[in-house]
Amino acid sequence: MTMNVAAPQSPLLRWIYRGYLLAFFVYLAAPLLVAGLFAFNDSQFPSLPWQGWTLDWFFGEADPKVGLFHDRRLIEGLATSFKVGLVVSALSVLAGMGNAFLFERYDFPGKRYLYVLMVVPLVIPGVIVGISILVFASTIANGVEDALGWDWSLLRPGLPLVVLGQFSFLTTITSLVIAARLRKFDIALEEAALNLGAGRGRVLATITIPYLMPALVSAFIVAFLVSFENFNTTLMLVGSEAPLTITMYDRVAKVGSTPVLNAVSFVLMVGSGVLALLSVIVQRDPKRGTDD
Amino acid sequence: MSSADARRLSLILLFAPFFLWIAVLIVLPQLGIVGVSLREKIGPGEYVFGLANYSDFLGQPIYWNTLLRTAVMSILVTALALLVGFPVAYYIAKIAHRRSRTALFLLCLVPLWVSDLVRAFGWIILLRETGVVSTVLQATGLVSGPVELLYNDATVVVGLVYTVVLFMIVPLVSTLDGMDDSLIEAGLNLGGSRLTVFRRIVVPYAMPGIVAGCIIVFMMTAGSYLTPVLLGGKNSMWFTEQIYNQFITRYNWEAGATFGVLLLAFTSIVVWVGLRLTGQNLASTVATR
Amino acid sequence: MFDLQCQNVTKKFGALTAVSGVSLDVPAGSFFSILGPSGCGKTTLMRMIAGFETPTSGDISIKGRSVVGTPPNKRNVKMVFQHLALFPMMNVGENIAYGLRCRGAGKAEIADKVRDVLDRIGLPGVAHKQVSQLSGGQKQRIAIARCMVLEPDVLLLDEPLGALDLKLRERMKIELKLLQHQFNTTFLYITHDQSEALVMSDNVAVMNAGKFEQIGTPQELYHRPSSGFVAGFVGDSNRWRGRVASAAGAVCSIEVDGGTVVAASSGPLARGEEVEVFVRPEAIAIGPQGSAGGNNRMAGTVDSLLFNGANSRILVRSAAGALLEVDSPAAGEDTPLRPGDAVELSFAHARTLCFSAAARP
Repeated sequence: MTMNVAAPQSPLLRWIYRGYLLAFFVYLAAPLLVAGLFAFNDSQFPSLPWQGWTLDWFFGEADPKVGLFHDRRLIEGLATSFKVGLVVSALSVLAGMGNAFLFERYDFPGKRYLYVLMVVPLVIPGVIVGISILVFASTIANGVEDALGWDWSLLRPGLPLVVLGQFSFLTTITSLVIAARLRKFDIALEEAALNLGAGRGRVLATITIPYLMPALVSAFIVAFLVSFENFNTTLMLVGSEAPLTITMYDRVAKVGSTPVLNAVSFVLMVGSGVLALLSVIVQRDPKRGTDD
Repeated sequence: MSSADARRLSLILLFAPFFLWIAVLIVLPQLGIVGVSLREKIGPGEYVFGLANYSDFLGQPIYWNTLLRTAVMSILVTALALLVGFPVAYYIAKIAHRRSRTALFLLCLVPLWVSDLVRAFGWIILLRETGVVSTVLQATGLVSGPVELLYNDATVVVGLVYTVVLFMIVPLVSTLDGMDDSLIEAGLNLGGSRLTVFRRIVVPYAMPGIVAGCIIVFMMTAGSYLTPVLLGGKNSMWFTEQIYNQFITRYNWEAGATFGVLLLAFTSIVVWVGLRLTGQNLASTVATR
Repeated sequence: MFDLQCQNVTKKFGALTAVSGVSLDVPAGSFFSILGPSGCGKTTLMRMIAGFETPTSGDISIKGRSVVGTPPNKRNVKMVFQHLALFPMMNVGENIAYGLRCRGAGKAEIADKVRDVLDRIGLPGVAHKQVSQLSGGQKQRIAIARCMVLEPDVLLLDEPLGALDLKLRERMKIELKLLQHQFNTTFLYITHDQSEALVMSDNVAVMNAGKFEQIGTPQELYHRPSSGFVAGFVGDSNRWRGRVASAAGAVCSIEVDGGTVVAASSGPLARGEEVEVFVRPEAIAIGPQGSAGGNNRMAGTVDSLLFNGANSRILVRSAAGALLEVDSPAAGEDTPLRPGDAVELSFAHARTLCFSAAARP
């Protein structure tokens, strides 16, 4: 067994190190475990003592044990989050694809600074993104109302504005993910396709996009996850229809919430975990072939 | 159309959406809130340009204190996240075997995808008066009655570190991953102690990753809302909360915009000072992302 | 008559001239190679023929028709890329069918043609396999089949054997030559490896710094090089510098370190001009041979024996200190010579070539 130079050499230190890592992962897991576990506790409160296993907090129909899938507001919130997530992810993957090609295939003045500008939306705190878009949209909407007497509801707090707000920083993420894959593309493949008689559009559709597909899928999933769990920006822009995070926040802030929120947490965790795993699997390289 | 013209056309077609996105959704709105922050309301529908909002802010000690408190705690959280996260990142990048490395890294990533809300909720269940930790402590007889672990600064810090530590670990792992073991071997071979090697070889090498991680973590912490508010309760005194209050409860957009601009400016200054002190610059750290 | 013609093609990239006034005529159905060191401009020339670059000046015609204005996806010259550029997201059959699909051929026709061409390259039935499952040599043949199925006027090959190891490369050289005969298509092959060019080609153009130095059959290039560059690049040669002592037509007397050498030159040389002298190892004999009237003689000591089977050579150090490589006299069998033996070398005047040593611009 080769010696690992980077590791501490004395066995005592090694064990302390391992102990530290274990403690760290327990620290990481504890709140999540607790949040999910109490979804199955047959008790009115998400706390000890443990009163037996139950699925009522998922499927229960009657008061006081209304389960997640029968709670109207929560289900609506889930549906809204899905709607918003799908739309904003699709839009940002499209925009990200365009940006990836723009930065990987073309040269133009100020490219370096514009690249930094592209990363900026991720660094600005979400609340500031939210308020800036709220103010900007309202200013335009007010101006339109004053000038034309028409209330442009698209720019008032509501789902379209939420989509715009999330789109502004999700596009940065999708651009970076897709550009990373595009950078590894061998341009000779496109030239070979041209040489064999394909038009530019055909080359894009049959060669470049299939190559990018893992990154497109992965970017979509990442954007969906980030959109689904977003709070800070969404809170500023939300109108009457609320995504799940906002709905759940209202409940958590109230004292005496039932473990149905734990059921929500459990579903969110499992869903996020599955999607996150998918996004990693999709980007893995296929196996190599044989040699002579 | 010649191929040069076709290329220029496609450049314009690709540049337009990019430009629209950045201009309409990022640049103009940011300028917008700066503009609103300079607006003073002197009557219904009457506005005049001025710095009254800013002087109001400075005149109210509570706002100023909240901003300072937020900044100081954010720096503390950043430092803690670095201290807590570095050993983990070091292990994953350098010590773990190849197979366990991917598994460990994935383990670290999964909590990232779970919402801030779920994480804060989990901490509440653990730490509140009727929560798990309190019940366990009572059951083992270490305390006589229910103990409230929430609603104090220490809990907020622990909760914030929890939220951001993974964002510190990821850039650290990717920087440390590129470090060749032979650098450590050379350092030891030339007579350095393990501490010297760590201090003078590993840390400087990892510096771009450290700086990138710290910037991300600091901005995230200063801008975070759910964790300080849910874990800190009424006396959380977090600046982001003030921004929300101005906008949502008081509908005072001028004050809210002012606070937003101040938060952005303040955190940018802290980041700039930090970069100067450690001798890095922004371009090199953006490149490592 | 000529499948491919270039007339005075020049390509400049800003201040850099990559290709300068190149003209060539490739007869139909022949194997034509462009041979030159890295950076000589051969890849740029090939990309201009394929249409990925536009010549700054000059004309390129295929089967008599100028193609300079035609975009790269409409020319009937198909290219085998250096790293093959087989599409990883398609299987072998789909790769080969790609060009046919672009032309709008029907499904049945495509299936037939793919099967045909796979038979012709000796890989029947692999259409369903993934590209990553093939070996290096098989991938080569698939890349060629992908082009040949479209029945191009000219097939361009951009150093396709570079990534293969030695034994496979030797085998592929012969295979390529056979394939070319079988398809009877004009092949244009670029390489920096002179043995590839010599073995496979009907004609070779030697290229250096953007210009063609010589065009001819492999034999012409080998036995009658027209410049010092060609003499040094094609095949092995002993070379050394000297100064013209006297010149009488094509026969010159060159002063080199340690004596005078009589050489044949391809062009007129002036007295006192700096020249380079080239003699091939197989042209040098050990021991006094023939009359002094037709041969140069040189005395030396055996420095070392380089055993390489039938290609064994003997390193001889001349009295003046120069090191010469001489083919071992008893090919394949061990020579009785030993290091330190004194020997006398002789080589014919006619096989001693000299060229002006003036540096090329």
